[in-house]
Amino acid sequence: MSAVALPGETARGRGPDWRRALRALLPAVSLALVLGAIAWINPRVISYFGFTLMLNYAVPIALATLAQMFAMTANDIDLSIGAFVGFICCVVATYLNQSAWLGALLLVACVAGYAALGALIHARNLPSIVVTLGMSFVWQGLAILLLPKPGGHAPIWLQATMSYRPPYVPLPILASLLIAAIAWFGLMRTSYGAILRGAGGNATAIARAGWSMLRAKAILFGLAGLFGVFSGMALVGITGAADAHLGDGYTLLSIAGVILGGGEFVGGVVSPIGAVIGALTLTLASTQLLGFLHIPPDWQVAANGAILVIVLAARVAISQRGKAR
Amino acid sequence: MANAELVKLEGVAKAFGAVRALGGVSLDIGAGECVGIVGHNGAGKSTLMHVLIGGVAPDAGRILVGGAQQTAYGAAQAKALGIRCVFQELSLCPNLTVAENARVFHPGVSGWGWRRRSAKLILDKLDEIFPGHGVSGGDLVESLSIGRRQMVEIARAFTVSDQPARLVVLDEPTSSLDEHTALQLLAYIRRAVGEGVSCTLISHILGEVLSATDRIVVMRDGKVVVADQTGAFDRARLISAMGGVESHAPRQARAQSAAEAPVQVRIRPARQPDGQELVARRGEIIGLAGLAGHGQTDLIVAAFDAAGRRGAAEINAPVALVAGDRQSDGVFPQWSIAENIAVRSFEKLKAGPLLSLKRERAFAEEWKARISIRTPDVGAPILSLSGGNQQKALFARALGSDAGIVLMDDPMRGVDYATKLEVYDLVREEAARGRTFLWYTTETEELKNCDRVYIFRDGIIVAHLARDELTEERVIHSSFAGAH
Repeated sequence: MSAVALPGETARGRGPDWRRALRALLPAVSLALVLGAIAWINPRVISYFGFTLMLNYAVPIALATLAQMFAMTANDIDLSIGAFVGFICCVVATYLNQSAWLGALLLVACVAGYAALGALIHARNLPSIVVTLGMSFVWQGLAILLLPKPGGHAPIWLQATMSYRPPYVPLPILASLLIAAIAWFGLMRTSYGAILRGAGGNATAIARAGWSMLRAKAILFGLAGLFGVFSGMALVGITGAADAHLGDGYTLLSIAGVILGGGEFVGGVVSPIGAVIGALTLTLASTQLLGFLHIPPDWQVAANGAILVIVLAARVAISQRGKAR
Repeated sequence: MANAELVKLEGVAKAFGAVRALGGVSLDIGAGECVGIVGHNGAGKSTLMHVLIGGVAPDAGRILVGGAQQTAYGAAQAKALGIRCVFQELSLCPNLTVAENARVFHPGVSGWGWRRRSAKLILDKLDEIFPGHGVSGGDLVESLSIGRRQMVEIARAFTVSDQPARLVVLDEPTSSLDEHTALQLLAYIRRAVGEGVSCTLISHILGEVLSATDRIVVMRDGKVVVADQTGAFDRARLISAMGGVESHAPRQARAQSAAEAPVQVRIRPARQPDGQELVARRGEIIGLAGLAGHGQTDLIVAAFDAAGRRGAAEINAPVALVAGDRQSDGVFPQWSIAENIAVRSFEKLKAGPLLSLKRERAFAEEWKARISIRTPDVGAPILSLSGGNQQKALFARALGSDAGIVLMDDPMRGVDYATKLEVYDLVREEAARGRTFLWYTTETEELKNCDRVYIFRDGIIVAHLARDELTEERVIHSSFAGAH
């Protein structure tokens, strides 16, 4: 006997796989729906230049979303990512523009600071929501000290990079693919990536197996800082000049992007590809679609939230139906 | 058979606060030997296991591995020395795949192709231990049934890459396995032992311990009471070694017969296969016994949830719960003693729509006097009290309420002896006034305060003992399952 060790389980065992597949597809389906709606309203935007314009801001948002995803991998949350991106914009538009070395040094220090925050959160067992909320005011304050009013200038090479027009595929799409692939490989395919995700799934088990949770947290927050830096650089490369409030909306957008992309607040359940798709969907839905629908700007934030609620409700419904089986 | 000594514990002692978990335990585990550890609740089995695997540092005593004394012995060092553990609560990451979980255990499995190598490592071992296991390397652990998760956890502890496997400690490894897979595991343990791997088997299923081990260590009250070759034991000797012979504390006979009193509680465990149900009449103290975590708390929670609802369970009076885990389920740490006592009775302490602080305070003062909570001021924060007095405040919360049924979820954990005696008197007094108590306890001694006792095993009621039938031996006999 015993081809099936625990009778009746095989059938149930297949359920979650099916659910997993559907859940993994959900971000892609929502992106397709938003794109479909835009194409239906205004078919002419489905073109090289249309995408380049519509997805102009998708790259910095996708990078900030990945930064948030790294924090959420360890069951933490980063409420300071928006302010941090704003601060990075100011650093890039001032120091990096004037002196490449000093600017680069500052940016590296920012990443190290983020890693130190992760270590602090672990060592003192602090709630990340409190630490990062506090840090958001620190970043905001530093940014305002640096640039009290909008100004500065993005380095020429950065502007040139962000306005590069590759053949056939629009830059935002190419960049998104590249970013998603790198993050996916690093977190989902490398052997240490499994440890990082395990830190969110069962920290006790990781520690029992002899891994340092302090190191894992510091690395995850360091990665969040690194992607935050990239996000700020991409953003200022598009705008050309900086403002301390440039990244203000990014905190909530990034959290929404991770969740929309199939991530969870706890349990180390994240998806880099889903997060990037989530960021693209939100970029399109929050600015382009609502604009095409002639929804007045006053209502756009509310409409944005409604889209989020609908997609998340669909995800919960799928998960629960699976559990009820 | 046992030859070279692998692990040796000498005079290991450990206390958690006032509770002495281990009182000088010495234990030898030879290379290629399977040692069974049995004992009733609180005998010190799990503390001993955590000392073995470096999870708990002993207060006194020596740990020797391979003849070398260990200093700064911790989990990482134990693992490097080849000492592994299969935890009862499982230590897999649910969000990772089976192969990834194997990788977590083996730092050396990295670089290109780690996924494939890791999957092969764990699947080969699964094939070896549990042929026909039905697990694949890419399965997410959270999508596996609890039985399969336990199979993965067990197989993982036996896998070998860059670190050796010399001693595998198995803590209730068959608790989620069915009979067939449990037999597969026991057979594998014998094969592994034959190949020189040592095992330590902690199990409440005596038949497993008797069939799979070379030597059995019986623990009681933090000490080893008997250690002998397995062949020298049978079920009866194990049970008497675990229970010993108790002198029975006299208890005044209950005045009135409860047999005709109205039924207050009638409930069945969710998984009870037969018609056995728990019945509690007005004024009765009903004990819920058996090994810890065998469904007693679940039944208490089910009774609490069923109160005031129409369902299969019959709960005929308001209920109050005295939590066992004070810190997580009991006290409101930011509140005062008075608020902690009064929270269950706010309704009757109201003046108009608002809570009367004066009445709340008077209520708390009354209970402070009645059960002698040692504090100068009931307005002081609850955490200013000792653990025992915090527990008294929780009793006051339940007893001061309008509840006719008081559910107690092993409430005496970590409470000092004097406080316990006070609470026992209080419970009996309240029962005489017509309250009904459902009392889950892990201390067999406490069952002597009960009128009747239901014994739980694997989530179901397996025995029902009246007061005059109650002996520690009977309780242990029913708590530990027979041979598989």
